[in-house]
Amino acid sequence: MSRTDGLDAVGLRDALARGDESVEATIAQTFDRIDAIDPRLHVFLNTERAYAEARARDLDRALAGGETPGPLFGVPIALKANMCLAGFESNCGSKILAGYRAPYTATFVQRLIDAGAIPVGTTNMDEFAMGSSSENSAFGPTRNPWDPARTPGGSSSGSAVAVAAGLVPIALGSDTGGSVRQPAALCGIHGFKPTYGRVSRFGLIAFGSSLDQVSPFARSVRDIELVMNVMSGADANDSTCLDEPPLEPEHARDPASLAGLSVGVPKEYFPNMLEGGVRRAVEAALATLEKQGAKIVPVTLPHTEFAIPTYYVLATAEASSNLARYDGVRYGLRVDGDGSLQGMFAATRAAGFGAEVKRRILLGTYVLSAGYYDAWYGRALRARALLRQDFERAFESVDVIAGPTSPLAAFKIGEKANDPLEMYLADALTVPTSLSGLPAISVPCGVVEVDSTPLPVGLQLIGPHRGDARVLRVARAFEAVTDFARARPPQLATARVATRGARA
Amino acid sequence: MSTSSGVQLAPSAGTISARTGVRWITVIGLEAHCQLKTRTKLFCGCEYVFGAPPNTLTCARCTGQPGALPVLNREALELAVRTGLALGADVAAVSKFDRKNYFYCDLPKGYQISQFDRPYCSGGGIALASGKFIRLTRIHMEEDAGKAIHDRGSATLVDLNRAGVPLIESVTEADISSSKEAHEYLTALKEILQYIGASDCDMEKGSLRCDVNISVHPQGEGWRTKVEIKNLNSFRFVEAAIEYEIQRQIIAYESGEPSQFPVQETRLWDSAKGVTRTMRSKESAHDYRYFAEPDLPPVTVDAAFLERQRSFLPELPAARRRRYRESLALSEYDAGVLTADRAVADFFEAVLRISGRPKEAANWITNEVMRAFSDPEMDARSVDELKIRPNDIAEVIAFVEKGTVNTSSARTLLREMMKTGKRAKVLVDELGLAQVQDTAQIENWCREALAGKDKIIADVKAGKEQALNALLGPVMRASKGSANPAIVKETLLRIIQAEH
Repeated sequence: MSRTDGLDAVGLRDALARGDESVEATIAQTFDRIDAIDPRLHVFLNTERAYAEARARDLDRALAGGETPGPLFGVPIALKANMCLAGFESNCGSKILAGYRAPYTATFVQRLIDAGAIPVGTTNMDEFAMGSSSENSAFGPTRNPWDPARTPGGSSSGSAVAVAAGLVPIALGSDTGGSVRQPAALCGIHGFKPTYGRVSRFGLIAFGSSLDQVSPFARSVRDIELVMNVMSGADANDSTCLDEPPLEPEHARDPASLAGLSVGVPKEYFPNMLEGGVRRAVEAALATLEKQGAKIVPVTLPHTEFAIPTYYVLATAEASSNLARYDGVRYGLRVDGDGSLQGMFAATRAAGFGAEVKRRILLGTYVLSAGYYDAWYGRALRARALLRQDFERAFESVDVIAGPTSPLAAFKIGEKANDPLEMYLADALTVPTSLSGLPAISVPCGVVEVDSTPLPVGLQLIGPHRGDARVLRVARAFEAVTDFARARPPQLATARVATRGARA
Repeated sequence: MSTSSGVQLAPSAGTISARTGVRWITVIGLEAHCQLKTRTKLFCGCEYVFGAPPNTLTCARCTGQPGALPVLNREALELAVRTGLALGADVAAVSKFDRKNYFYCDLPKGYQISQFDRPYCSGGGIALASGKFIRLTRIHMEEDAGKAIHDRGSATLVDLNRAGVPLIESVTEADISSSKEAHEYLTALKEILQYIGASDCDMEKGSLRCDVNISVHPQGEGWRTKVEIKNLNSFRFVEAAIEYEIQRQIIAYESGEPSQFPVQETRLWDSAKGVTRTMRSKESAHDYRYFAEPDLPPVTVDAAFLERQRSFLPELPAARRRRYRESLALSEYDAGVLTADRAVADFFEAVLRISGRPKEAANWITNEVMRAFSDPEMDARSVDELKIRPNDIAEVIAFVEKGTVNTSSARTLLREMMKTGKRAKVLVDELGLAQVQDTAQIENWCREALAGKDKIIADVKAGKEQALNALLGPVMRASKGSANPAIVKETLLRIIQAEH
């Protein structure tokens, strides 16, 4: 066990910057952990050991040469397989892009690299980020480190587990309808979806362009803040990217105090389908916030029930168009079919896409079709405006909104795979924020025993538009008085991997 | 004009059927796609050069790589807005881009970024010489597709150099009623776009392409089914396709057989056979599933931007023509010829500024200079390629005026200048073009010419002075054109009166 084991990114960076250990040694340990764990959990689709080692040696040399170490100096990071780094395979968990190596690097990836981070590989995901369990990956599911029979959630499954299993301190996912917050909740780590536009999407392979947002996983809130400040900011390559100043964490004199803060609790976020253990853990978390000085205020988000249907119209419509480029002409899989051009398109897409992706492309194509647009797509746009309005009204009287991230704790692999509608409901509490473009974090807030297996529960904290710093301040305060973020999956101890919390 | 089908054509007033005597009215709307002359493509930084090796002018964006995003080219918006202003259109304060979804191998993203329900421009139009105004419905920006090449064996090759090149599509109301009007409208559109520097409108390089919507109906009746003819890549083809389609539709209706009547469809012009052919029927028409492009924010244009773009607009061809006729007293013909190409008009005005002689400047340019463009010896197809500058023409004009050279020598002089690029003064000496003012020398040529011309001499003495003209030619020839004709005439008269 080395001196840097179990540190969060901030701790690791400082240790490496001090020269406690070489970056090269850290990267070697990272790959040792990956080699030990990955066969059991299937975290990575592709690792880039030679690249990472070369980067590590460069950083060691730079430090020895007197260069100032960057804010992520030597920190290994994992990228979801829908993120582009020139030369890395980004296959989106799909056969249609198997072997596809990006010819360019995403803006946010470049910023991380420039800050000293070392990408080590691309992680497993539901195909094209469509799913909540990783069961839609063309390359097999990722397993939850708390119980390998269960799903880690999704679609950013591999990245969530990379952090939860202690392989890397920071991993990036993308959150379109909850694809980072839900797996963060199911894996017992932090997952933060920023305000839409805070992080450039240039180099993030699109699912639903008006919803997709690069979102980090980490074991501490300060790591989330760190990586957000490195990644965010205007980008000439993405016209929808906001020009937001860096997050200035609102550091109160007593970081654990929430005096003066009002927390809205929407009754719609506690539906009947909410698992009992999840309900109890979230209610306990709300009581903790209250004890820290926050005022708990009941609020209503009356259009919440329309969020799932709205999301599945808008996201699939955009996806049907975004995925049109996978036609076998320029890159990726090509199946000749009957030899005609149309035949090649059809055969390629039939062989390359999985069932869920096909289902969503068909749905999205349908809702945009002549004669159906107004009834579906047009109506969904109006519903989206109503959902946004719900939040605007609620934020007139409260500072943040809190509730469960996921109605369920981790479910068994195969349990819901044959019922897409039930699977869609896993996103019921994360989708409204996505449709509204709001910042939201899932923080570990408890454990629920299911079949005598302890499983993590996530508390979702939602802020108003551009209220990212406020959300993170509340998350930090909660983290300061609770131990949930330091709990490690008990199963991993047997894999002889450090599970010691940073401050344990 | 009568055709093999026996239908009488009278373009401006419709078409009278020789068979039935019915007067058929034609209704035409035009869509013109013009490539904007920007340095780079509409949504990426790639340059575009016609004829570059395939797939050498591409990047992650214009080849539709996963994760790449479009970024609007500011220069394209500027040129597009200038076009709108030049055509008198309303530029929308806010417009947006949409995705037009369809699969084809030359369309890298599986959709074209275009503008659907909120184009950047609406209204405006072009006045024809007759005074008729062709209204524009709208103008929108969109990206061009790549090129699919089907004639290389069994494979289809794809060249994405053109993918993402900025286009503006201008759509007229159905105000055009003949092929002649269509031609006139397109010519004017092309002139304006070239004038303001928005587009080359070079049909040979595909930078201007047209679609025609056309229907016919008996005079006094309502409009009938329209047919679209796509991808016409020359003005000649536009005219020919319209003429063909008028005939085809009239014959179809006059067959009296409803199953033969024109149907709403898209047709293609077959230039080899001179016919239009069905490309796809209405039933098989694409459903493009337009929706707002989520990767691009709405395009906003404020008053300051508009004013700035307006300030870049030059005087447009119609206004220039009017000024040439009214203030410079040029003929309609000269004004038209000079203004058709902005470079020629600018050249003319530069000559005018130096010489102050509009008529002379116009004559030299419309005759000698423009003739040079088609003369291989001159090696210049446009004003830019000429070896002479405006002050050279002004010098020639001044030489003629001062009598240094006569008009015919001046013609020779200017041609030599264009061929060699040498200055007028140098060539006048080299070629001995200066008019001979030396009366002794002229007297000698005159005496030689008079020898044996008793009849002419008698006529002149009898008062028929114009008989002298027959002697002018031989004297001028003897002088190799350098004699001053006025002096020659004077001298001849003097000799006849004094010595005969």
